[in-house]
Amino acid sequence: MVFPQLHTFFEHAGRLATFAGKFFAQVWRRPFEGRELICQLDETGTKSLVLVLVTGCAIGIVLSMQSRGTLARFGAEAVLPSMLALSVIKEIGPVITSLVLAGRLGAGIAAELGSMRVTEQIDALEVAALQPFRYLVVTRVLACIVMFPLMTIACDIVALGGGYIEASLSSDLDYRLFADQAFSSLRLSDLLFSTSKTAVFGFIVGLTSCSLGYNVRGGTREVGQAAMQAVVVSSLLVLLADVLMVRIDLILFGS
Amino acid sequence: MPDADNVITIQALHKAFGGHQVLRGVSLEVPRATSLAVMGGSGTGKSVLLKHIVRLMDPDEGVIWVHGRRIDVLSLSELDALRLRIGFLFQGGALFDSMTVTENMDFMLRHHTSMTEEARLDRIMEALAWVNLQPAAGQFPAQLSGGQKKRIALARAIILEPDILLCDEPTTGLDPVSVRTVSELLVRLRAERDMTIVTITHDLLCAEITADAAVFLHEGRVLARGTIAQLKAHEHPELRLFFG
Repeated sequence: MVFPQLHTFFEHAGRLATFAGKFFAQVWRRPFEGRELICQLDETGTKSLVLVLVTGCAIGIVLSMQSRGTLARFGAEAVLPSMLALSVIKEIGPVITSLVLAGRLGAGIAAELGSMRVTEQIDALEVAALQPFRYLVVTRVLACIVMFPLMTIACDIVALGGGYIEASLSSDLDYRLFADQAFSSLRLSDLLFSTSKTAVFGFIVGLTSCSLGYNVRGGTREVGQAAMQAVVVSSLLVLLADVLMVRIDLILFGS
Repeated sequence: MPDADNVITIQALHKAFGGHQVLRGVSLEVPRATSLAVMGGSGTGKSVLLKHIVRLMDPDEGVIWVHGRRIDVLSLSELDALRLRIGFLFQGGALFDSMTVTENMDFMLRHHTSMTEEARLDRIMEALAWVNLQPAAGQFPAQLSGGQKKRIALARAIILEPDILLCDEPTTGLDPVSVRTVSELLVRLRAERDMTIVTITHDLLCAEITADAAVFLHEGRVLARGTIAQLKAHEHPELRLFFG
């Protein structure tokens, strides 16, 4: 083989594309696994909420602290709320939330499905005619698609709240003035596009992690590798997809 | 076409993984309501053979008929319908870790029957009583011993009342008392429910208790077939080595 790494790359890309095709073929088919979907929504959303909220709060506080000094050099401290809102809602909130969730969920999903594969639980589902792909993969990917935007909204709110608390402690800023300045510079399209693009990130994280876990061959060592790869690959794909989505945003809605 | 008396017929099955040839033309028949032990050393393709019967794997060459139907030409829905008539006991039990024992069994019933919740619970308790593990109903698989896991997995495998049971090393890693318990459950299954059983094993005690007939696999081929007594008396050096 002349370019073995290139061959491996295309092999993985092909496997992921096939997996995505299977997802779109299966997602419409009945019976829908409603009970499992609710469990996965809980796993993806409720159990990740604290992590997302803490991250959001820290981002807001740090962004506010660091930006004030920089803005003060240009005599532009008054635009701090607008800058915070634009940064958090358009970019930092969606991307950081997606990366945090990619770390938490990517490893978890790949490790869980990988363990099920090596202990023959997926085979057991298959021989019992229980459609393991629909039960395990479709539900997890759907849960990620639904919960990533909701988690992003939560992160955005807390980040702005953190930013306001830091700003008010430093400069006695009234919350009505902060909110007024923050939201006056935002368009509805900023909020809608930035939040809904995380559904795409959720799809990427869910699908990549499921694919790596579901296709594990071997033993516990391979399960560990799949968990690690799920975090790395899905994080990289989220960042690449973000570049593409920002470009689309600029084309559709301008700067 | 296979003989109508045979529930499972396998003809000239070949399977390779990479360059390694695992099965080299295995043929065998399993008559209705009999128990066949497939014996042989490790790595001789016993588990691979069993997985072909439920089409967890597709052969490179060869044909398999189950209940008179050629399984490689079945549609997915036809294959699922056939799979519901087959119980599969996996080597490690393959119980779903995230579910309790009751949920493991209820999962099957919920998906494949229209039974009420009460009726399903009755069926589960009956199955647990049959393997003498009713107190384990609310426990998770991680809380069970190896022997208990095998018995629960057996109860789950038969919860939909299949007419064929495939067992992959049902007694591996168990103490002699548990080996006898699991083996006797398999004997009762055949006697009480007319079930056709194929057991992959290298455990002589299990084979002696459960099997009417046995085949011995070596290097992906059937080396000998007959009763356990006949295999034990066989002159071939591999069989003499295996049976000591």
